[in-house]
Amino acid sequence: MKRKITLSTIVFYAALILLAMAYLLPAYLTVITSLKAPVDISLPRSWEFPSTLNLSSFGDAFDLLRPNIVNSLILTVCATFFSTVLGSLNGYVFAKWRFPGSEILFTLFLFGMFIPYQVVLIPLFHTLRAMHLYGGLPGLILAHVVYGLPITSLIFRNFYAQIPDSLMESATLDGAGFFSIYTRIIFPLSIPGFVVTSLWQFTQIWNEFLWGICLTRHSANPITVGLANIMAALPVLLIYILLGRYFIRGLLAGSVKE
Amino acid sequence: MKKFITLCCACAAMLMLLTAPVASAKELSGKLEIFSWWAGDEGPALQALIDQYKAANPKVEVVNATVTGGSGVNAKAVLKTRMLGGEPPDSFQVHAGQELIGTWVKADRMEDLTFLFKEQGWEKVFPAGLVKQIGTDKGIWSVPVNIHRSNVVWYVPENLKKWGIAAPASWDEFFAAAEVLKAKGIVPLALAENWTINHLWESVALSAIGVENWEALWSGKLAFDSQAGVKAWQLFGKVLEYTNKDAASLSWQQATDMVVDGRAAFNIMGDWAAGYMTTTKKLVPGKDFGWAASPGTGGKFMFLADSFGLPKGAPNRDNVIAWLTLLGSREGSDAFNPLKGSISARTDSDLTKYNVYGQSAAADFSKDLIVGSLAHGVSANEGFMNDFASVMEMFLKSRDAMAAAKAAQQIAVKNGIGK
Amino acid sequence: MRNHDRIKALCTLSPSIILIGIFVYGFIGNTFWISLTDWGGVASLAENPVKNFTGFGNYTELFAGFLGGSFRQDLVNAVYYSVSLLAGAIGIGLFLAVLLDNKPVGEAFFRTVFLYPMSLSFIVTGTIWRWMLSPQGGVNILPTYVGLDPLQFRWLSSTEAVMEFDWQNLLQIALYILAAVLIIWGLWQVKQQPRRAMSRLLVPGVVLGGGAWLGGDILPKALFMEEMHGFNLATLGIIMATVWQYSGYTMALYLAGFTGISQDLRDAAMLDGASSASYYRHIALPMVKPITISAVIILSHISLKMFDLIFAMTGPDNGSTGHPALNMYLTTFRANEFSRGAAIAIILFLIAATFIIPYLISSYRQRRIR
Repeated sequence: MKRKITLSTIVFYAALILLAMAYLLPAYLTVITSLKAPVDISLPRSWEFPSTLNLSSFGDAFDLLRPNIVNSLILTVCATFFSTVLGSLNGYVFAKWRFPGSEILFTLFLFGMFIPYQVVLIPLFHTLRAMHLYGGLPGLILAHVVYGLPITSLIFRNFYAQIPDSLMESATLDGAGFFSIYTRIIFPLSIPGFVVTSLWQFTQIWNEFLWGICLTRHSANPITVGLANIMAALPVLLIYILLGRYFIRGLLAGSVKE
Repeated sequence: MKKFITLCCACAAMLMLLTAPVASAKELSGKLEIFSWWAGDEGPALQALIDQYKAANPKVEVVNATVTGGSGVNAKAVLKTRMLGGEPPDSFQVHAGQELIGTWVKADRMEDLTFLFKEQGWEKVFPAGLVKQIGTDKGIWSVPVNIHRSNVVWYVPENLKKWGIAAPASWDEFFAAAEVLKAKGIVPLALAENWTINHLWESVALSAIGVENWEALWSGKLAFDSQAGVKAWQLFGKVLEYTNKDAASLSWQQATDMVVDGRAAFNIMGDWAAGYMTTTKKLVPGKDFGWAASPGTGGKFMFLADSFGLPKGAPNRDNVIAWLTLLGSREGSDAFNPLKGSISARTDSDLTKYNVYGQSAAADFSKDLIVGSLAHGVSANEGFMNDFASVMEMFLKSRDAMAAAKAAQQIAVKNGIGK
Repeated sequence: MRNHDRIKALCTLSPSIILIGIFVYGFIGNTFWISLTDWGGVASLAENPVKNFTGFGNYTELFAGFLGGSFRQDLVNAVYYSVSLLAGAIGIGLFLAVLLDNKPVGEAFFRTVFLYPMSLSFIVTGTIWRWMLSPQGGVNILPTYVGLDPLQFRWLSSTEAVMEFDWQNLLQIALYILAAVLIIWGLWQVKQQPRRAMSRLLVPGVVLGGGAWLGGDILPKALFMEEMHGFNLATLGIIMATVWQYSGYTMALYLAGFTGISQDLRDAAMLDGASSASYYRHIALPMVKPITISAVIILSHISLKMFDLIFAMTGPDNGSTGHPALNMYLTTFRANEFSRGAAIAIILFLIAATFIIPYLISSYRQRRIR
């Protein structure tokens, strides 16, 4: 099927291309600026190509970041894993095992999303210290898991709300219980949900700035603290470019009807 | 004469050799956590000190805990959370003056270091005016590592010649030159984000009211809404007329760039700007860029200093004392400061290690009248500084000198200035 | 058997309940208590700082005190900021989704281009946009490359404000807003339940609005002096950066929603002679309404925590782009006014509640329909 080239098609593509250019401008600026030597960087010439290519900025930044990469990866992977698994179980209960007061409880969960980190800094410090978790990765992982729970529970609850109850009922008739329904029916159906939540959590935790500097000592500093650097953004950027399609698919499977 | 100097150096080296084994005779071990916001450009200077420390105390594991960003605000948040939680670092960076006294000494969280000053003879080598800023009647509370000057105006000599003006010695001279520059479409005074506006204010205010009144302000003897106080705001308002309107969106480096690129004539900034221009911009001090005391502040040296202290309950006290001893020593100081772009707090530093700017600043420091900076934590406590940002915001909006002076007086009372 | 499973369900939930109980509500309680004390000032960092109970003093100081001016401006900023972010990200996201829903050539490429900003951290976004919006470079000099004059707008440092109001008249303005909400709601309901809409919404709305207009002078003043606040144009830059970052996310949400509408439905609509525009207006948009509510929740939580981005773009003391979250951080950790900072935190938390309410209403409605 070939489309006819009409005026509206031209306008349509022009709009699309203009918007795409607008979205890419900041990336262009970043790339050419990072290729310039420090002496070359100046505002009135910010859009121009560098007179000489200078790759040394990358080397410097990488040296600064290297000691932090492993810690950041451990932190992000662990915290993402625990918060999505717990969130999925919570979502399962909130969507399929409602009990009196479960809606209120769910709303109370939601408020956790809205807490600015600065609010809880001091009590969080005291609590982690009392739990002997201050200064290492486990404390940071715990904090990220807890404050990630509201949003993962929200996404999974909306996701599971669409799985028809009839599936559950027939499984119950077959004698399946709480956990076997989850492992046999719910979990296999929720892979797209896991993609969406993991991607969200991974981005948020990887990019977290404030906590990293506050709750760990230097040797356990996450990457963004090492340098507020573009390089730290590359891994996540890559994941988005490679997995972007699955992200949309996950959203499609999850959030069509609330 | 040359022989004499060589002899002195040899003696000093001998002394070093003699004292060094004594220090390491204790065989320090364990850890030393140093908390600061020196990363990035300032990292190498700190590293030089740490390297010296490691050479003298090989068994101590030095933890260099730097918290970057926000001109120290982030670092202070972490530090305060840790101190409140009862987990102090071994030693931390703090600006000399009220940031140290008003926040930590009044809260009784620091150990008195008078014994160390006596032991090392530091009371003689650090200028009395400086020791006053890190001490109270109960003791001396930190060891200063460097001195920065706040009231410096920067320019490019070649450009000034081209435009037919000279570096102004007073604000009146500046206003005359500024009219010439304006006609040529050049920004007379480059300004950047908000803390640099406070930075400019202190230079202008010092020139408007003089050293005596400046000190009287901070000891509570002169009211901010007195005639002198209002005059400072009036002059400041006039100076602002000649600055770039987009200041708030520039970093201080970008304001300096404006001068370097010839888009602006002058920039008033601390002398870390010299470091930026020589190291990052590869310019030659004295040739590619020039400097002078900011208008109306000739013969006055407005300083700020970084210092390190010993918090009560530091886990490795002995290691900290060795660290502080190194910071206060001539060797430590002369290793650190040329890299940091500041001058030594000691009056006997080896000037050959510093560049042309550093030498001129050191010469001024030894002969000028010394006053403390407001924008960098020397003169007023942190509560006042935070509120002062709101007063400045109010003034930028209304340009009402009287109202700003009154507001400044209110916050001075609220924050107990001079008490 | 069912009961057995219910217990299992509760057990599964319990670790999360305990964690959220402590880490969210325990901490909020702690912060609320601190906000009622006078912890701050000179010896606030002592080993056991003195905390005297002072009631709501911190709150009145913030809302009506002399030095609360910057906080009040921050609060106004946050409101305008949240509303613009929601409108911008949802509007542009929806537009992008409609474009991509028409399956252009290179759809995957465009989707990635619109989505990639979401992967960046606020610090990175802030740093990039600071460059983009610097008045002597970036966006402002782009027109010169096609031979036009450079733009002069000062994105992050403009001191202009629009839609200004006097904080003294806060009560009157609040009444106006309430009246407007009642009248609009009434007009919306008037077709379905004319009588109820008249008696419960329209008439009270008009009376309230009229009363506030006539009796504005008798209302108590919220402040002892005149103090103008408005929508600072300098926040436009920050809004642009955030919209750039998150419109891709709303696009993805809507795109998923559109793709979920069956092709049959769409074909049927087209056969009935519906134009593209009316298909979206009458069929597609109503079907993705729940998505809008999810987007509102997620975006508003982002806008209320906006801290890193502003810090990276305009630094800590730029009054015209201030935000309560930033103010709270500086009040607590720079000025050592811990109780004042706690009060700001609690106010932020209460604002968050107003964003949750639409969600509550919508989920309540949905359950009633079922």
